[in-house]
Amino acid sequence: MKLSGAEIFIECLKKEKVNTIFGYPGGVVLNIFDVLYDDKDLKLILTRHEQGAVHAADGYARASGKPGVALVTSGPGATNTVTGIANASMDSIPVIVFSGQVPTLLIGNDAFQEADIVGITRPCTKYNFLVKDVNDLSRIVREAFYIATTGRPGPVLIDLPKDVTSGKADFLWPEKIRIRSYNPIYEGNRWMITQAANEISKAKKPIILSGGGVILSGGHKEVKELAEYAQVPVTMTLMGLGGFPGTHALSLGMLGMHGTYYANMAIQNSDLIVAIGARFDDRVTGKVDAFAPHAKIIHIDIDPTSIRKNVRVDIPIVGDVKLVLRDIIKILKEKGKIQWVEIRKAWLKKIDEWKKERPLTYQKDDIVIRPQFVIEKIYEITKGDAIITTEVGQNQMWTAQFFKFDKPRTLLTSGGLGTMGYGFPAAIGAQLAFPDKLVIDIAGDGSIQMNIQELATAVIHKLPVKVAILNNQYLGMVRQWQELFFRERYSYSHLDVAPDFVKVAEAYGAVGFRATKPSEVEPIIKDAIKIKKTVFMDFRVNWKEKVYPMVPAGGAIDQMLYEEEENKPEKKLRAVK
Amino acid sequence: MRHTISVLVENKFGVLSRISGLFSGRGYNIESLTVGETIDPQISIMTIVTTGDDQIIEQITKQLNKLIDVIKVTDMTELDHVEREMVLVKVAPKQEDKAEVLRLAEIFRGRVVDSGLTTYTLEITGDEKKIEAFIELIKPYSIKEFARTGKVAISREGVKKK
Ligand SMILES: Cc1ncc(C[n+]2csc(CCOP(=O)(O)OP(=O)(O)O)c2C)c(N)n1
Ligand SMILES: [Mg+2]
Repeated sequence: MKLSGAEIFIECLKKEKVNTIFGYPGGVVLNIFDVLYDDKDLKLILTRHEQGAVHAADGYARASGKPGVALVTSGPGATNTVTGIANASMDSIPVIVFSGQVPTLLIGNDAFQEADIVGITRPCTKYNFLVKDVNDLSRIVREAFYIATTGRPGPVLIDLPKDVTSGKADFLWPEKIRIRSYNPIYEGNRWMITQAANEISKAKKPIILSGGGVILSGGHKEVKELAEYAQVPVTMTLMGLGGFPGTHALSLGMLGMHGTYYANMAIQNSDLIVAIGARFDDRVTGKVDAFAPHAKIIHIDIDPTSIRKNVRVDIPIVGDVKLVLRDIIKILKEKGKIQWVEIRKAWLKKIDEWKKERPLTYQKDDIVIRPQFVIEKIYEITKGDAIITTEVGQNQMWTAQFFKFDKPRTLLTSGGLGTMGYGFPAAIGAQLAFPDKLVIDIAGDGSIQMNIQELATAVIHKLPVKVAILNNQYLGMVRQWQELFFRERYSYSHLDVAPDFVKVAEAYGAVGFRATKPSEVEPIIKDAIKIKKTVFMDFRVNWKEKVYPMVPAGGAIDQMLYEEEENKPEKKLRAVK
Repeated sequence: MRHTISVLVENKFGVLSRISGLFSGRGYNIESLTVGETIDPQISIMTIVTTGDDQIIEQITKQLNKLIDVIKVTDMTELDHVEREMVLVKVAPKQEDKAEVLRLAEIFRGRVVDSGLTTYTLEITGDEKKIEAFIELIKPYSIKEFARTGKVAISREGVKKK
């Protein structure tokens, strides 16, 4: 029996065990939506913007480890997905976007709502397809899921011309798949692995730099085992948080531009860096020439292009970090009794001194709410048992610093692209993946307005997502840079006119709370968690607060600015327009 | 340093754009690029001439390999190989220079593939050095049109001595 392309599309999703997709309708995908109308097993979450749909699919994927799927129409629907796709691409998230397209005969004619979305997304997808024949559809969908989820994961786009989804074909599902030009390497090179194990046992001052790849490969147990077995302290990139328990004695928290003093010092003084699934972003390395001057670098990554892209590497290992770590641990254990604790004693003591010298702190305050205090409270009240998403800016950095992530896939944040407006739709996606978990978006007053329309999505699906807005009435991170590096000329960073977030929430049928005093913070968080509804919490926080420590852009990562140097007489703040 | 990289790719639409997009998007430079079918019509071969230090060339080959449609990448520069390029050049020499132009073509083992009342079109094939030398020498004879294919390359089978 022949099926229509639209029906084949839906059958394919079921074969891939998809039960939730995010999307938005329009002319050329109406036939697909018509089939969805009767389908009991496949639920479409109607977002209020296509960007929201892709971020939600991305949040669903990050939280669950399963691919996220979005379906949008041609032209503006497709172009609206570009930020979401680029975001998923930078953070290696398996998202599959289906875009409608004008009929094949009209492609290239500047037809109504035509956009060359395959051309537009070529550099920000792992791969993309234009389906030209309905007979190719099921194979292409199969390949798309395979490419998106294997190797270094990433987004894939499939462009579906209208005549393809309305055309008819037999539904054939290719169980086996092989793409001759695509063969990710999972097993690391034996020789290199042995070298790595040797270096780890020889090093006096080793450190593990754990990145997002650890979470993507599910290698967090192996990182912990290696760290504990060989007594190696662990620092994490923003994407790597949760890959090693933040509360662990060997954890140094995040490194880099807003990393902890002790993480950055440890990196700079180390004699061996074991970089695992990290790509040495400039926010991590600071000035590359001054990065870890005394360290040998072992770099384990599934993507060969990540290795030696930004920093020199002594021992490159291409492979799946989980498998490679298992091999390294095995070799270390075969080496027999090594007095690890003895060997590392001096190094771990030095690190402890750094930890005591400059812990992460902020000014305690009884009058004004400090944003870090809000995050600490959320952490305390939830005991860390929540999925946290963030927006971008100071809110994101404070979350990375003050919330201790013990488990992988509990921090969903836009690392590579730094997309304001990511956190709220991502929280919606995560909540759909885990209906019973507590999901909180820690937001800025600027960022939340970039996808605030998704309140409707959250409310209509009765999603109890919480949004904690750290409302400083500024594009705070921009303001911070202007204060520190642009002679306090606050050019267009003041958000003079902000909506009343409580009323906005209420207008959409959600719940809104506001805290203006530190004493109101805790009760509001508790109430918000109790209510099984979408809640906006508007925390009026100290607008002058800055994220510290800070490595000025282009500086070496041990050249940090600290809070106490701030105690200069307070200057009057003028918003320069 | 200059490298000649040979890339086997799936013969599909959009592949050229993926390759050229990789170079433009990452700021690598393409000196020449040729594309043609191989014996297997499903596979094309591209020969790319590019320059960069070792780290950049390493990135270029890795990035090319990472593209889904790329089957095989070979940096010919690292191998013993043969390179060829062809130019077609239409010159309009003065009457008294005509003999010299023909002689040049002969010295470079070129051919006259077309001639008009006042012009000759010459075809020269060779490696880069030869082509460059020929261009230098033919320049004074009033070049009207000039076309150059870009390089193709193939590895040599070494004769192993035992
Ligand atoms: C889409 C987008 N546009 C611009 C920026 C640049 N940017 C980075 S942080 C920031 C300010 C964010 O303000 P807010 O959401 O209020 O967070 P805060 O820093 O105040 O916590 C801006 C504009 C960005 N990251 N993303
Ligand atoms: Mg703000």
